[in-house]
Amino acid sequence: MPISWFLALRFLREGRMQSVLIVAGVSVGVAVMVFLSALIDGLQTSLVAQTLGTQAHVVVRPPDEVARPLRRPEAGVAIAARVEQTAQRARSIVGWQQVVTALAAMPGVTEVSPVVTGPAVALRGNATRAVVLYGVDPERFGRIYPVRQRMVAGRFDPTSTSCVIGRELAVDLGVAVGDRVRLAAVGGVGDVYLVAGVFDLGNREVNRRWVVVSTRAAQTMLDLVGGVSSVDLRVRDLFAADAVAADVTARTGLVADSWMKTNAQLLVALRSQASSSQMIQFFVILAVAMGIASVLVVSVVQKGKEIGILRAMGTARSTVLRVFLLQGALVGLVGSVLGTALGAGLGAAFAASARNADGSPTFPITVSLALVARSAGVAFLTGVLAAALPARRAARLDPAVAIRNG
Amino acid sequence: MAEPVVLLEGVRKSYGDKVVTEVLKGVDLRVDRGEFAALVGPSGSGKSTLLNLLGLLDRPTSGRLAIAGEETAGLDDAGLTRLRGHAIGFVFQFHHLLPGLSAAENVMMPMIAREGRTAKAMVPRAVALLDRVGLAGLADALPSALSGGQQQRVAIARALALGPPLVLADEPTGNLDTRTADQIFDVLREFNRELGVAFLIVTHDPRLAARCDRTIDLVDGAIVSDRRRTAEGAAPHR
Repeated sequence: MPISWFLALRFLREGRMQSVLIVAGVSVGVAVMVFLSALIDGLQTSLVAQTLGTQAHVVVRPPDEVARPLRRPEAGVAIAARVEQTAQRARSIVGWQQVVTALAAMPGVTEVSPVVTGPAVALRGNATRAVVLYGVDPERFGRIYPVRQRMVAGRFDPTSTSCVIGRELAVDLGVAVGDRVRLAAVGGVGDVYLVAGVFDLGNREVNRRWVVVSTRAAQTMLDLVGGVSSVDLRVRDLFAADAVAADVTARTGLVADSWMKTNAQLLVALRSQASSSQMIQFFVILAVAMGIASVLVVSVVQKGKEIGILRAMGTARSTVLRVFLLQGALVGLVGSVLGTALGAGLGAAFAASARNADGSPTFPITVSLALVARSAGVAFLTGVLAAALPARRAARLDPAVAIRNG
Repeated sequence: MAEPVVLLEGVRKSYGDKVVTEVLKGVDLRVDRGEFAALVGPSGSGKSTLLNLLGLLDRPTSGRLAIAGEETAGLDDAGLTRLRGHAIGFVFQFHHLLPGLSAAENVMMPMIAREGRTAKAMVPRAVALLDRVGLAGLADALPSALSGGQQQRVAIARALALGPPLVLADEPTGNLDTRTADQIFDVLREFNRELGVAFLIVTHDPRLAARCDRTIDLVDGAIVSDRRRTAEGAAPHR
């Protein structure tokens, strides 16, 4: 065993009570860090998942129609014209097949789903409801929205003759799987569809409005034969959605809205949550560092004479320095191991107690390996840095003075 | 080797920047291998200062200081530490054992310091040294479990762990009763005779000084007398 390890371990063993107390202090600090990080991570993951359960990461659509005056002002001529903007109508993305292929090939994009969407009405008996019609490729649509996992009745199988609707709409219309509803574009005649399944995407408004049919059925109903009105994208890095959207616009000239743009407030909330948690963690680390430093400073004062003797017996200055740095590092490491376990335990206890009325956990708290590694690294570094000052002091002790005054 | 273990020529030591106090006023001293010398003198005569210089714990203000044939003027802190480690053993008045280490570990400490790490082979050597100072079976005891005399024996074993040519002892029997003091003195004497280790013992006890081969008298920072007794019969090495 190297001399610095030997002495550091003996010193820690000798000051048993001090060592136990400071390790306990570090453990509590690390536990707070781990628990807080896991809690905030879990909360954010669950909030984002809830939001994105009913939203594509990026939606690509044709640019808005703009009215252009035919006559342009010439030099010396003023035109007092009032340009009225046109109402937007359902339009197709020009050359959408190529666009879809190009989007699928973009870096950062994992899933692409062309969608035909527009306003429609659903009728049954004397009930009439305004809905949003979605004509989709079930395979692709299922990879963007977790609709297959969220079916409450029937199957997710929209075809030219069957539709899938939300739970609230099913209640409003009084239909169940196997019943029939009439779907029509506003002002159109429409057709009768079999209800193949009922979903619950966890959002009341979505459950009340969305009606999913096959691409072809929607194209016919919305008078967009052969076209699609938008393309939904799923991206690899959620928080890079903005960049991907900008990239899409630059490449295709189409309008691309990321979930970050449409949920700016949520994003601000998430960021302020994260930064307040970081601030708390910073001060916890600071307190831990001061605790380690103060214990080691006292230890250096107490061991002044011993350090002097060690130096008199041929122990190098650098060895004395290392002995105290090691003590800090060891305290940090042991504390981080215990603290991580404690934090994970707290997280599990919290997850067990914070449950919804139906007994399902409100949100997942997972202590990831990366989080554990980061906490251990921070605690280790904190230990070494906190020990730096006392260690330098110990190394600088004049052995003759230290032995005499002890 | 003919070269002396300790060689001082015109060594001076002063303290203070504004008010300069000269503690050692030109000391010449030569100690050869195998000598057994006492350093005596009243308090404030500069004994401790001289011992610190000899132990390389402090540097002279001027003059020549060579330990075991090595000049110290050109050495940096690491060099002094190295020379101190292999050439000098210390025995202090209050033994100064490390309280967290067992008796054997305390004896091993100079070996650990020299090698930079612990090694299995050190344990039997430490135990053998403890046997020689009469502490067989107490290798695993912590210093707090030993009596004052036993602690001082551990300290002597530690001072001799690396077989240094010189041992500096500062009042080694100062806080022991007369009988224990005599035993400790005998242990030192034995090592001196058997291994040829030179001892320089600072003491206030005239009885003890009288039993040494040589008595160096320090008064006011200068050596006023340096007597050798031949009756005791320790033949000085050349």
